Amino acid sequence: MTSLTQSGPARPEDKAATAAHDRQKNLSRIGLVVAVIAIIGLIAAPFFVYPVFVMTVLCFALFATAFNLLLGYTGLLSFGHAAFFGGAAYFTAHAAKVWGWEPLSAILLGAAGAGLMGLVVGFVAIRRQGIYFAMVTLALSQMVYFIFLQAPFTHGEDGIQNVPRGDLLGLVDLNRPLNIYYFVLLIFLVGFFAVWRIVNSPFGHVLQAIRENENRAISLGYRVERYKLAAFVMSATIAGLAGGTKVIVLQIATLTDVAWQMSGEVVLMTLLGGMGTIFGPSIGATLVITMQNYFATSDVPVTVIVGVIFVLCVLLFRRGIVGEAIRLMKR
Amino acid sequence: MTMIFGVPLPALLGQLFLGIINGSFYAILSLGLAVIFGLLRVINFAHGAQYMLGAFAAYLLLAYTGIGFWPALVIAPLVVAAVSAVIERTMLSRLYDLDHLYGLLFTFGLALIIEGSFRWYFGAAGQPYSGPQILSGGTNLGFMFLPNYRGFVVVASIVICLAVWLLIEKTRLGAYLRAATENPQLVQAFGVNVPLLLTLTYALGAGLAALAGVLAAPIYQVSPLMGSNLIIIVFAVVVIGGMGSIGGAIVTGYMLGILEGLTKVFYPEASNIVVFVIMAIVLMLRPAGLFGKEV
Repeated sequence: MTSLTQSGPARPEDKAATAAHDRQKNLSRIGLVVAVIAIIGLIAAPFFVYPVFVMTVLCFALFATAFNLLLGYTGLLSFGHAAFFGGAAYFTAHAAKVWGWEPLSAILLGAAGAGLMGLVVGFVAIRRQGIYFAMVTLALSQMVYFIFLQAPFTHGEDGIQNVPRGDLLGLVDLNRPLNIYYFVLLIFLVGFFAVWRIVNSPFGHVLQAIRENENRAISLGYRVERYKLAAFVMSATIAGLAGGTKVIVLQIATLTDVAWQMSGEVVLMTLLGGMGTIFGPSIGATLVITMQNYFATSDVPVTVIVGVIFVLCVLLFRRGIVGEAIRLMKR
Repeated sequence: MTMIFGVPLPALLGQLFLGIINGSFYAILSLGLAVIFGLLRVINFAHGAQYMLGAFAAYLLLAYTGIGFWPALVIAPLVVAAVSAVIERTMLSRLYDLDHLYGLLFTFGLALIIEGSFRWYFGAAGQPYSGPQILSGGTNLGFMFLPNYRGFVVVASIVICLAVWLLIEKTRLGAYLRAATENPQLVQAFGVNVPLLLTLTYALGAGLAALAGVLAAPIYQVSPLMGSNLIIIVFAVVVIGGMGSIGGAIVTGYMLGILEGLTKVFYPEASNIVVFVIMAIVLMLRPAGLFGKEV
């Protein structure tokens, strides 16, 4: 910041840089305020809104946030993230129901399983770039779908039902609405903070460099493949955290969680909210889940509405809600 | 009875033939995808929906106007191609300058709209569609029983694939198309209407999908979701073959259909996933695909 110490008239580009810096500072201040208000709102939410609904939104918001780590910050469109979300759901459900595990350890097992799947899928998928990457992840997740369809422990079309919520660490009864609500909120905040931390770390900056210009990142000496794989595994793990938590909330794991439609939904949530923004995916998830709830009882087919929003977003609204808001504030 | 690897010969040949039928559809569909991708750089996620539209067009023609299989074989692809051309003109063409991922996302949304509304209107259950009278019945080949219609589908798919290959490799229009794939600005400067070429290409790809749909209608039932799972397998086929080559897409389509059929005989549990496993293996050994060039 030489311009601050110079006594002479500041050069125009320095001024511009300072202005941009100030604006950036303003934005992050606004972000902090939004985060504080959101947390207060979420703490108060179960007293005003049906808790299971908020918890479902939180799980999908975390899922979309994890997905955004790849799409928004690394520039990789994974069209198979349902495999990790749904895979973890099955692992957690099996551990909690059949093995009688305590809920937190069951969720962590699900997340670890999803991370492991992410390692395998990511290892194959990062061999191709761009649009091929999307197709390969989609195909591999379809393979995962068929495996789960046939594996005996998933009970095929029935899924794993009546998963017990259990006692958290053997102490807290999660069948009580407020207990499970704050448990889920805590998991969401931990996962969200993890993604925020990753994005703002030196590692996250390398990911963004890969997104902006992969070849330049390679020529700067970064082992791009390793960074991509690491981001993929992290994203899969946190998506798994979301999937496992969803099972404890809704007490059911089914094929819907691993189907490709689910992969499409998380893309939509991220796109609608604003990819590459930290709050965007959560807002997108809230809107999509609310909309699905709203239309579930009506005669209007939800798939068509999801498709229409997809098309509108791609044609007219590519920055998403938060992206547009940031653009307006920067003006 | 003759046995091969502990499997009776007729069973083996029967599955092999089913594999060739599936392969015929994979070939036509991956051909259409490759044609569209070659010029537009768009992965057409709506390909499965367009396939379904073709089948439905044939079904509706028969149900409401009594128009049978043969006219439908021409009318249905033309209708779907025309609708797709309009969609390309009005919406998809706005996305060419952006990241290619937007094309994929747009066509994904399109597929959801089309399949969702058909499902809403017609229900998820399949509707039977009878094929042409002249091809009913079957022929006994001595070693197996061949339903005539299915034999016709295999022959037709080979003819279609060859015709498209000739169109692209040997005609003037095809030469424009290939040139525009290499360098659209230059071709435009030579006075060729490239935007029109793009529209025609998308219509051609969509029409091919619809043609496959009409051919499939008498074999599989006509249902709103008939294309949605198929399209993902075709994506894998395209990744295996490599997007660069038209011929590669065709050959890979048949090959994987046959491999899938054989898997059904020897290890049925894996028949759903064999294509994806092969895709993973190919990606490890030859990331650009069997017929693709490293980009």
